[in-house]
Amino acid sequence: MRYSGFKVIKEALTGHKGWKPAWRDPDPQPHYDIVIIGGGGHGLATAHYLASVYGQHKVAVIEKGWIGGGNVGRNTTIIRSNYLLDGNEPFYEFSLKLWEGLEQDLNYNAMVSQRGIMNLIHSDAQRDVFIRRGNAMILNGADAEYLDLAQIKKEYPFLNFDDARFPIKGGLAQRRGGTVRHDAVAWGYARAADSRGVDIIQNCEVTGFRIEDGKCLGVETSKGFIGAGRVGCAVAGNSSRLMAKAGMRLPIESHVLQAFVSEGLKPVLPGVITFGAGHFYVSQSDKGGLVFGGDIDGYNSYAQRGNLPVVEDVCEGGMAIMPMIGRARLLRMWGGIMDMSMDGSPIIDRTHIDGLYFNGGWCYGGFKATPASGYAFAHLLARDEPHATATAYRFDRFRTGHMIDEKGMGNQPNLH
Amino acid sequence: MIINHPLLGPRDSAEFVYLGAAALMDRPDPETASAEDWHDYAYLRDNPAGPHRELWFHEGGDRSILIVTRDTTTHEITGVELAREVASK
Repeated sequence: MRYSGFKVIKEALTGHKGWKPAWRDPDPQPHYDIVIIGGGGHGLATAHYLASVYGQHKVAVIEKGWIGGGNVGRNTTIIRSNYLLDGNEPFYEFSLKLWEGLEQDLNYNAMVSQRGIMNLIHSDAQRDVFIRRGNAMILNGADAEYLDLAQIKKEYPFLNFDDARFPIKGGLAQRRGGTVRHDAVAWGYARAADSRGVDIIQNCEVTGFRIEDGKCLGVETSKGFIGAGRVGCAVAGNSSRLMAKAGMRLPIESHVLQAFVSEGLKPVLPGVITFGAGHFYVSQSDKGGLVFGGDIDGYNSYAQRGNLPVVEDVCEGGMAIMPMIGRARLLRMWGGIMDMSMDGSPIIDRTHIDGLYFNGGWCYGGFKATPASGYAFAHLLARDEPHATATAYRFDRFRTGHMIDEKGMGNQPNLH
Repeated sequence: MIINHPLLGPRDSAEFVYLGAAALMDRPDPETASAEDWHDYAYLRDNPAGPHRELWFHEGGDRSILIVTRDTTTHEITGVELAREVASK
């Protein structure tokens, strides 16, 4: 069923009796060409691009809970492609281009809003670094714009321009960045994949892999064995737990990242703003809540909730750049579990087991990557070779010294 | 989180710096270890969901390193030892 304005009007006049579930609820078949573990944004995007671009139709997505119940519904909904390094920037720019055409591709309103993102600059040295990053973005086909103090004052008059400790010196803007309604991304991909014959199997937990002679033959699940030509794992947050069932240890630690939403306010923020002297980012949702976050808590966790020191740190960051935020009451706060990799960059690669493929290590930047991650993982699963924009995301980069370390922190996952 | 320091009593976790799994204390022998051993030591982690032995450096206190046993699914701390005492055993 195609959605359209005409359909909405027709249903409104006939009592909304013609809407159908957006996806089926099938029982698993005994064998698929490709099984994707993880019904989050990345897994569902992978299924959509497998079916729509790579002509694969015997595909299943299996999910232990309900689809979209993990990090795709827990992030701060920001999209951008403002990276520095060659291994990253073409990939994230590819992702941003896919976001720009996403709603037409999926026939689904994901509320993609290119309201822009602006990274504040607080020192002369930081200005040099940000302008260098802006140049790297432009070289890779993205957009970047340096804003001087006068422009920032004009566009963001509510910021704290009177701070001797963290003076605002300028900003790096990416006008094509913005926000997306995150749940709708999962639902839109699910509906599009389902319409092309992909089976989305919820409440089906993987309990193990069937591996014989170094080849993965399928997965053992709470709904029985499901055979597969190829198995792709996209369960970031829980990657180590899942891959341990295949005997693998990963270059990943799981950490909790908290996010916050204030009560609904009239429009006050024109786009996404980030603090350059601390770690704080904020935007305003279409419902009016200020959506903001900061650093990870910094210790291994699978608890999906954090602790108070980081709450204090995030709120201090908010107060430092935007004192008016102190007038807003906090409505909700929650935590999500991040795959923190050893260099801060993701992995989309084969494993040493034939037919078993891995997608994870997204740190806390996975949401913006959803379309390109799905596209690149679909490419890898269908063709057994990496997508052109994801060739650097290999397991063996830690062995060969080809780390992609945007922050230059080394193998300290809680510092990325 | 409150970490029950063996010498100083209950302390706020914000006084500490987290250094990762306690397994990092078992460094490969530089005389005999292969490049593969170093790769596994430096980059691979067990990352369990459940009890986890981990290093917390008391930077805002007595600068000792503690081995904290903590459940990563609940944040409950069930054991705290001085790393230097564990290392000298």
